[in-house]
Amino acid sequence: MSTSQGFGFPRPSATDPAAASSAADGEQTTAEPVTLADDAELDLSADEAAARVEGTLASLDAELVGLASVKRRVREIASLLQVDRAREQFGLSSSKPTLHMSFTGGPGTGKTTVAMRMATILHALGYIRAPRVHVVTRDDLVGQFIGHTAPKTKEALARAAGGVLFIDEAYYLFRPENERDYGQEVIEILLTEMENERGDLVVIFAGYPDRMATFFAANPGLSSRVPHHIEFEDYDHAELVRIADLMVAAENFRFDEAARATFSEYLTRRMERPNFSNARSVRNAIERCRLRQARRLVGLRRPLRKEDLVTITDEDIRGSSLFADEAEGE
Amino acid sequence: MKLRYGTFSYLPDLTDEEIAAQVKFALDRGWPVSVEYTDDPHPRNVYWEMWGLPMFDLTEPDGVIAQINECRTTFPDHYVRVLAYDASLGRQSTAMSFLVQRPAQEPGFLLERVEGPDRTQRYSVRSYATERPAGARYGGE
Repeated sequence: MSTSQGFGFPRPSATDPAAASSAADGEQTTAEPVTLADDAELDLSADEAAARVEGTLASLDAELVGLASVKRRVREIASLLQVDRAREQFGLSSSKPTLHMSFTGGPGTGKTTVAMRMATILHALGYIRAPRVHVVTRDDLVGQFIGHTAPKTKEALARAAGGVLFIDEAYYLFRPENERDYGQEVIEILLTEMENERGDLVVIFAGYPDRMATFFAANPGLSSRVPHHIEFEDYDHAELVRIADLMVAAENFRFDEAARATFSEYLTRRMERPNFSNARSVRNAIERCRLRQARRLVGLRRPLRKEDLVTITDEDIRGSSLFADEAEGE
Repeated sequence: MKLRYGTFSYLPDLTDEEIAAQVKFALDRGWPVSVEYTDDPHPRNVYWEMWGLPMFDLTEPDGVIAQINECRTTFPDHYVRVLAYDASLGRQSTAMSFLVQRPAQEPGFLLERVEGPDRTQRYSVRSYATERPAGARYGGE
């Protein structure tokens, strides 16, 4: 806040107060819209928003392994919004596209991460006001007694306003076995909010594929208002190895040669186990490797070099319980 | 008589877009915003009825506007104001307070003179609206 200049009567502002206030709150100030002539040409890549979007899409490609279909879909949505902006400049009006989405996929396939990127892209294209994702689960929406659900849901919607509302494990909202469950009320409130033409809220429903299918089947009204269903496939072995490399590099560690081979073998074993949750399991495995590495380094009782601190060795990975049976056999 | 009360009171009544922009200003500074209403316009009546709790952790004004509109539909003939509270150390007080709704007819105030001892004169202000019971003051039958 600027410091007070002392008392004084406010002078009428020379500029239009509406324009002044919109400039002050830091929102995108839309210049006087100029309609282009019919024969004008518009270079899509010259749009400054396009450059920002391209940056986000590039980082999506670089930092997320695999997920080809997801990336294609994100790119399509970005292109749609970009073309809509171009059409606007020619004075061609069309209805604002509905962008509510459902992300289905196994645990640890990157649904939340992609939602964050999606928010950045939608913001860059001016579809939402802030690149913000408000993550909620059933607990944040459903109340504990009659009359508690609506205020709770509305509060969550108010917090997500102008951004993305990410409903994790959305299928818990609907409990068919309990007909007095308040989840249904949440769905009804969400529906009215999603119908709201003026709102710029984007709702993303996320969850595991099979249960989301039942959820949408039981709520046809909801399903028909979610035009984008994006499926996240499980990663294969090679992709998981690349994810592990990226994660290790991001934490300023590295595998030595033997360790990389062992980690690959570890992944093969881990993938066969129940409760394998893709990238999340990889992250947890790396965290445990760091623990074992730390224990090994402390046990060395000698001065350490930088090399020691960044290297995860074969031994650190072999310490995993997945290799325990093998060790006993030897 | 138009009640001049709170911030922006000498400006024309704010439109919803302007209210949203002001609320955004408050939220950007981390001031929680609340909505209050009353039908007693006396200038010394500082404690108005709260419409719900203050709204914390918002970043966009949409939720506040929704609450204002709910309050307006429930009390179409009351004064409704929006408050922004600055909780930062050293300030800890209301940072902004402005009207977002006023009754269609505002009858104004009566200045009452009361004789005190030694021919001193004391003044008090009484709203014509408060001659009727609460809830039936502005257009309410």
